[in-house]
Amino acid sequence: MKRLAELRESLVIALWFMFLTFPILVIQVNTIEKTIIWRWQNLLYVGIGSFALSFVWRYFIGKAAAGGRASGERAEEKTSILQRITADSRFSRSAILLTALIALAFPFLSSTYQVNIMTTALMYVVLGLGLNIVVGQAGLLHLGYVAFYAVGAYTYALLYQHFGIGFWTALPLGALMAMVFGLLLGFPVLRLRGDYLAIVTLGFGEITRIVLENWSEFSSGPSGISEIPRPGFFNLAMDLEESTIYLYFLMVGFVLFTIFVTNRLQNSRIGRAWLALREDEVACEAMGVNKTVAKMTAFALGSTWAGMMGVVFAAKTTFVNPASFTFLESAMILSIVVLGGMGSTLGVILASFLLILLPEYLRAFSDYRMLLFGTIMVVMMIFRPQGIITNIRRTYEYHFERKQNGAPDASV
Amino acid sequence: MDYFLELFIGGLTRGSIYALIALGYTMVYGIIELINFAHGEIYMIGAFTALIVATILTMSGMSGVSVLVLAFLVAVLYSSCYGFTVEKIAYKPLRGASRLSPLISAIGMSIFLQNYVMLAQTSDFLPFPNLLPELPFMEPYAHIMGSTEFIIVTTTAVVMILLTILIKFTKIGKAMRATAQDRNMAMLVGVNVNRVISTTFIIGSALAAVGGVLIASHIGRINFYIGFIAGIKAFTAAVLGGIGSIPGAVLGSLILGWTESFATGYVSSDYEDVFAFALLVLILIFRPSGLLGRSTTQKV
Amino acid sequence: MMKRFLIGLSAIFLVFALAGPAPAAEPIKIGVAGAHSGDLASYGLPTVKAVELVVKDVNARGGILGRKIVLLIEDDVCKPEVATNTATKLISQKVDVVIGHICSGATKTALGIYKDAKVVTVSPSATNPELTQSGRYPNFFRTIASDDAQARLGVEFAVNKLKVTKIAVLHDKGDYGKGFAEFARKFITDGKKARVVLFEGVTPGAVDYSAVVNKVRQSGAEAVIYGGYHPEASSIIAQMRKKNMKTLFISDDGVKDDTFIKVAGRYAEGVYASGPKDTKKNPLAIAAIAAHKKAYNSDPGAFFLEGYAAALAVVNAIQKAKSTEYNALVKALRTNYVNTPVGKIRFDNRGDAIGVGFAMYQVKNGAYIEVR
Repeated sequence: MKRLAELRESLVIALWFMFLTFPILVIQVNTIEKTIIWRWQNLLYVGIGSFALSFVWRYFIGKAAAGGRASGERAEEKTSILQRITADSRFSRSAILLTALIALAFPFLSSTYQVNIMTTALMYVVLGLGLNIVVGQAGLLHLGYVAFYAVGAYTYALLYQHFGIGFWTALPLGALMAMVFGLLLGFPVLRLRGDYLAIVTLGFGEITRIVLENWSEFSSGPSGISEIPRPGFFNLAMDLEESTIYLYFLMVGFVLFTIFVTNRLQNSRIGRAWLALREDEVACEAMGVNKTVAKMTAFALGSTWAGMMGVVFAAKTTFVNPASFTFLESAMILSIVVLGGMGSTLGVILASFLLILLPEYLRAFSDYRMLLFGTIMVVMMIFRPQGIITNIRRTYEYHFERKQNGAPDASV
Repeated sequence: MDYFLELFIGGLTRGSIYALIALGYTMVYGIIELINFAHGEIYMIGAFTALIVATILTMSGMSGVSVLVLAFLVAVLYSSCYGFTVEKIAYKPLRGASRLSPLISAIGMSIFLQNYVMLAQTSDFLPFPNLLPELPFMEPYAHIMGSTEFIIVTTTAVVMILLTILIKFTKIGKAMRATAQDRNMAMLVGVNVNRVISTTFIIGSALAAVGGVLIASHIGRINFYIGFIAGIKAFTAAVLGGIGSIPGAVLGSLILGWTESFATGYVSSDYEDVFAFALLVLILIFRPSGLLGRSTTQKV
Repeated sequence: MMKRFLIGLSAIFLVFALAGPAPAAEPIKIGVAGAHSGDLASYGLPTVKAVELVVKDVNARGGILGRKIVLLIEDDVCKPEVATNTATKLISQKVDVVIGHICSGATKTALGIYKDAKVVTVSPSATNPELTQSGRYPNFFRTIASDDAQARLGVEFAVNKLKVTKIAVLHDKGDYGKGFAEFARKFITDGKKARVVLFEGVTPGAVDYSAVVNKVRQSGAEAVIYGGYHPEASSIIAQMRKKNMKTLFISDDGVKDDTFIKVAGRYAEGVYASGPKDTKKNPLAIAAIAAHKKAYNSDPGAFFLEGYAAALAVVNAIQKAKSTEYNALVKALRTNYVNTPVGKIRFDNRGDAIGVGFAMYQVKNGAYIEVR
């Protein structure tokens, strides 16, 4: 009886989607050529597809609902396999060793192109970890992160153009500039809550891009700045392949440095303040955490990473123009953070590899890339809002709580 | 003086357009405190549907008002259905989740719908026929306000009045206000909250479709990306006026329209968006919940 | 998507099948890079089709220098950051010549990489003047005239033929449009016969342009010179005409597109736009368009003829140079004239094509007619 009802429901859903997608998917008008193409076969695909998917959907929704109920009771057992693997020190040590070996050998085993896209992926790892500070740890929804990326990139580009300043000098300066801009943005938005903050950061990102586009005397406008040198190594002349490999190792270093710093931050006093801020702003203030300081440092530190990567970006592409810094780029970095599981370092790394490398290798499907991207964002939020890897921190918290309940002298 | 008047009318038209979209944002926000990022896409789908219907009808020999009416009706119908479905898929399962999740789901939905239309239709701009009739009595004033502008402003005004009546004086309006105030309490006194939310999405989407047809007629071309740009502007307008407040959305939209129009007219259009966003930041600094927004005291 | 894949596959098959009897010769690798997906794909895909048609033809006749040509088709989505990946990928695959990229920004990024690797690059559509005039890219050639040549034509036409003295210069804030507009402003000011009464950028995709249009009217401009593409141009011209403004409208080859006339409808009448010299009578152009119609059953898109010309120029240069070696190839491109759909061309020392030029067109009765 239940099966029959489900079947009927799926049928209704299939019919509904066939109706819904009818004008857009079936009819294609060309108002220029005055032609209409009817693509009836699409109707069939939609019907069959939504019929099948509705079963999958129902199954998972049911499972998620059941999981939600159960999780209250068996919270500490809900650690995923991946987490248990990472928690196992014996395993994780050999895993780290293996990863290190692969990372070291990689550029010598593969082509320049492979190394190049791997470098791009590593850049997004750092960007993701940087944004993670703001969104994942402090819980401030930031939709204009790309603005700071742009600040870093233009700092290097302009400094080189006007003063001939090299990569290594520009790197800290770019980071500093981004940090200053982060504070500039952080200041007015301190009082804003969630959604208001989101739109203001989005606006800030757009303003930055528009200014770069229009203020031609300053930034060369939309035609951009070209021939920015790649990073140098003691005036050593390098050809393309060598400098690509050099940049790759630089990025590996950057990633390690970022992981180290963000991990330390996470476990520091300010990191715990961010966590409190994320969980409950009012309670956090009541507990004596200085909200202003916490928010400002989150913005400033998050932006610093973006600024640094901006410098690397300018050096890697040797060209900057405002078109590289659109809202979509912010959304991309944000989805890396979200997909990775907000607050989780390993998750962010996996997510950026997934989101950057997959489209590179799936060039043939590049048209469907963004479609898939949107779908993944929705599906992830519904079925796994905690991301690929749940933040380890949470288990630590539960553990802490239980200890406190059981033994009052918890000295963690 | 004429110049000022022209800019004023231009801003008014722009503001009215924003208002039609901003209302959808603000209604949804008022009820479930969610920024429906996919709203701009609903508007775009409305415009596309109208284009498809109008093209088919014109090619089969129809013309005049009947095309306009039919295109309008089908666009409104489809946009409402899309709004309804988007809510069911992307937001309903997330009710009760943290605030960030539905927002990201909404961004995902927006990206999905954009690419869906791009792949299913085209990424190029398509010319949109001007479905709106030329009003002969506006002809002498064409240099200040064309008949299209006149129709846009009047339609927005009429829609606004209807909406106010709906919310103030009907049963569903009452239920909507109750849900906006306190969802749990409303549920307790017997309001079918799910139905109220669905209705809100349907009404908001229908308004967006009206906006879509009007704007596409006015600007004369559409592509898959128009929803994103107009959506961001309309959303800014809604926040400016105080998101969740219906008169606030209208006020915010008009202010935004005038700001952009006068900024272009007297300064430079290079920075019209900068002016718009700078105004938003300024207002939010002094009134963190917008011009007419309720300043919510956070409950602990 | 699938179709393109299949064509590419069959091209490869063809190569292997035909190269069978003479296995000694290694194929010549020509890279085709540009926007092949996303919202700018319509600017990049016609070039791919053009090169494919040329190469199919060449291979059917037995290739050049006894070697077949294979194509390496790579997408850069018109983004500079992706273009570096595209370029390194092509270099990794030991490409001999690259036809591309499509957008100026992506081209600039990729050129640095090709220059280091000594790979000749021929673009059908990157019109940014800096690419050739800076002299920084000796490996760069293009089969399209640069923006400043076009801006000069537009300004001279407005000032000397139309005799206007007050000009409003508008642009779409993009790389191409703003570059064009800035050159136009410079030429107007330098010419001293007219003056710029307004210089403004419009936001692409904005919901209306009435404020800018009002400003044009207020400025008292007799003519508008617009740099950008046809979607915005059609909106601006429609709003101007609806407000009964008779201001002349002069634009670039982003507007010299039949789509513009179809979108703007009756408002397009009388609009001037510069575009490549009339190719309708060029037998090669006629043949190329016919080949496209036969293969794809549709009219070719933007930059198709330029892409076709680029492929012909490359093939000719390899033949004349008798190798794909960089210096020989550059020399061959610079010294030998070749008949192409865009005219009989060779390249000057900076890489611009000699023999490619612009003409002014006007919309009359729903079609672009060359102005004599």
